[in-house]
Amino acid sequence: MAKEFIKGNEAIVKAALLAGCRSYYGYPITPASEIAHAAAKYFPRVSRTFLQAESEIASIQMVYGASASGERTMTASSGPGISLKQEGLSYLAGSELPCVVVNIMRGGPGLGNISPAQGDYNQIVKGGGHGDYKVIVLAPNGAQEMCDLTMLAFDLADKWRNPVILLADGFIGQMMEPVEFPAPVGDLPAKPWALTGEKISRNNLINSIYLDNDELEAHVGHLAEKYARITEAEVRFEAYHADDAELVLVGYGIVSRIIRTVVDQAREAGLKVGLLRPITLFPFPTRKIGELCESAAGFLAVEMSTGQMVDDVRLAVNGRLPVHFFSRTGGNVPTVEEIFDVVRQHLSAAQPV
Amino acid sequence: MAKLILEKPKGFCDSYERKPGDHGTTHYCPGCGHGNIHKLLAEAVEDLGIQDRTIIISPVGCSVFVYYYFATGNIQVAHGRAPAVATALKRANPHAIVVSYQGDGDLAAIGGNNILQAANRGEHITVIFVNNAIYGMTGGQLAPTSLLGMKTATTPYGRDLLNEGPPMKVVELLSSLDGPTYLERQAIMGNKYIARARKALRNALQCQIDGKGFSMVEILSACPSGWKVDPTDSYAWMEKNMLPHFQLGVTKDVRAEREPFFRTFKTLSAAEIVEQLDLAVPEPKHFPSKLQKTGYGDPSIKLAGFGGQGILSAGAMLANAGMEQGLQTSWIPSYGPEMRGGTAYCFVNLSERPIGSPTVSHPDVLMAFNRPSLEKFEPDVKPGGLLMYDSTIIDVKPKRGDIEILAVPATQMADDLGNTRMANTIMVGVYVAHTGIMSPAAIEQTLPLAIKRKNLVDANKKALRAGVDFAATL
Repeated sequence: MAKEFIKGNEAIVKAALLAGCRSYYGYPITPASEIAHAAAKYFPRVSRTFLQAESEIASIQMVYGASASGERTMTASSGPGISLKQEGLSYLAGSELPCVVVNIMRGGPGLGNISPAQGDYNQIVKGGGHGDYKVIVLAPNGAQEMCDLTMLAFDLADKWRNPVILLADGFIGQMMEPVEFPAPVGDLPAKPWALTGEKISRNNLINSIYLDNDELEAHVGHLAEKYARITEAEVRFEAYHADDAELVLVGYGIVSRIIRTVVDQAREAGLKVGLLRPITLFPFPTRKIGELCESAAGFLAVEMSTGQMVDDVRLAVNGRLPVHFFSRTGGNVPTVEEIFDVVRQHLSAAQPV
Repeated sequence: MAKLILEKPKGFCDSYERKPGDHGTTHYCPGCGHGNIHKLLAEAVEDLGIQDRTIIISPVGCSVFVYYYFATGNIQVAHGRAPAVATALKRANPHAIVVSYQGDGDLAAIGGNNILQAANRGEHITVIFVNNAIYGMTGGQLAPTSLLGMKTATTPYGRDLLNEGPPMKVVELLSSLDGPTYLERQAIMGNKYIARARKALRNALQCQIDGKGFSMVEILSACPSGWKVDPTDSYAWMEKNMLPHFQLGVTKDVRAEREPFFRTFKTLSAAEIVEQLDLAVPEPKHFPSKLQKTGYGDPSIKLAGFGGQGILSAGAMLANAGMEQGLQTSWIPSYGPEMRGGTAYCFVNLSERPIGSPTVSHPDVLMAFNRPSLEKFEPDVKPGGLLMYDSTIIDVKPKRGDIEILAVPATQMADDLGNTRMANTIMVGVYVAHTGIMSPAAIEQTLPLAIKRKNLVDANKKALRAGVDFAATL
């Protein structure tokens, strides 16, 4: 298909429909509202359901109901709304219901502001709801990936019967770039566990309550085992000039775009700097970071938060090398120049000239 | 031969295998009304012939284990959210009969907005609302429906009008909405009342079967454990305390007026989906271009001016055309704190290589459409870069000596063409012609994508050519 020049937020909607998503239940919030606007426009056009729910809480519960019916379904929001959805996400994970939830991160805490930020990492990646559960987290860094990772998200959600969160920021959501959309997916595999209102599904139960301690322990163990298999199977990352780098920059989302330019400029200046970009935040590219510990002299995590993803980098490095950190917050996006300055400081500290 | 005269309704499971321990009894306390209400529902599901189609929602509360008992589709949901879950279940499966079974804390307290909104939307679901005036499962706390003076675990001195307010009358409340179709309150208080509740529940289910919309039956029900009343005294307690406040009967019934509605979905072919998503676009034509000098290549461009000057769409013109000519492109509007102060700007990158950072501190090109933009951003332009400004409305001159400067009377030229708002297109025309980054024909090809008002496309083509002609005079 021909390319379309399109906002990331809108690319999500077309990608969802091409992936066979049958319903969108949402609530307006800046900077994610374009997703709801585009969904309101396009879902009815292809005879699918769009409903603006009465609240963020209701919208995730509608997703729970739609997912229980076996259809592909989604919602989208931003920080304050995502906080309200956490109860529902815990139920979805506990009941092993697939769905796609988009978080276009903005500044927080509280009402914060509507500028791009990455302060929701811990909430999303570490599980913001109650109980022992994990969600698969994908971090697109441009409009094409808003499309590609949305489609992947639906596949992973069904494959693992688990919520998948697309974690982007206001910058990636607002930016327009060319997107090449794939063809619509064909028939999807049946979901024999779903509630369809037919005889065949009459004995089905969607449930997250296990009153008996041992039964719940078995269920939690089953989930943990599933998350371990996801960790084995679904790690995705992009390494750019990383394998011979002395300093490896780590960042996701919009930050990864900026540090890619930093890497280019550093290489032009003869500095051995590379980029590791996690595409999946859960599962995190822990093993790759471990491998880079063999060749690199240190890491620099760059985030638009006061330091959240950097903890996962530190866990992966496990004390073997220094892990530096640079951040901007409040809706400010770090510039190439300020990151480059930090890179120079750490390189000169490591190798006195 | 023995003759079967009474058997368990088929709506129930023969044996409650999902229930831990004893599979033959329920988990409810002696004298609890849920058992009777379950039986009315199980009988109705069988008699109405809807067992295969029925999906029952188990709420949070004493009826959290509804799914132990019913031989139907079952789903357990979060506290108070059953109407939201039911909304999506029904929309996904219009053929299903979706029953939301909820208690008073679940429906009227934590889920108050969900029931209100589902009822107002007229969702085609049936709600069974069990009002026993107390939280049972959590240990006898105050419910929105607890009666004045009633002592509960959280109102040890009795419900106080001035502290907790009066008991909530839910069917009356929902009856004030235009959305619902059928609303009735009945009670489980002995056979006479049970017969009425039985009829009400069947009316409510039939309402959904007939495609008539939202139906709900509120059923007053005993909770001897929560009330601390002997089960044998509970009906008398209800008669004395509940009936004076909660009148029985139909509060709304517009079934006769409602046209049956059954939601249906079309299945579209792949080609139809592509068409409907506006993705069926013809392959773009390629127009050869020739850079006037290498320094003009792979530019990052900042366009800045007042909101309303078409700054964002000028950027989109360049990026859209660039994409069609095979370049990597990105466009990002002014976003974040820099939006303050009435200045609109956007960043466009046109590149032969993958674009890293979509914004840069030092753009190669600045197009300034007003004086504040010129003054604010001129110092940022990369040495050797290009500054273009609208010399009609900017009454100062740029100061830099290390960059190329083009003064373009874009607003005057636009006025001459009859529409002052085309200054942006003129500037784009000057830029592409002067630098050779793209053929003006490439911009013209994608103009309709950037110009929302179709009747202005031709005028903008003229503006583009005016810009190209101006560039030739430089």
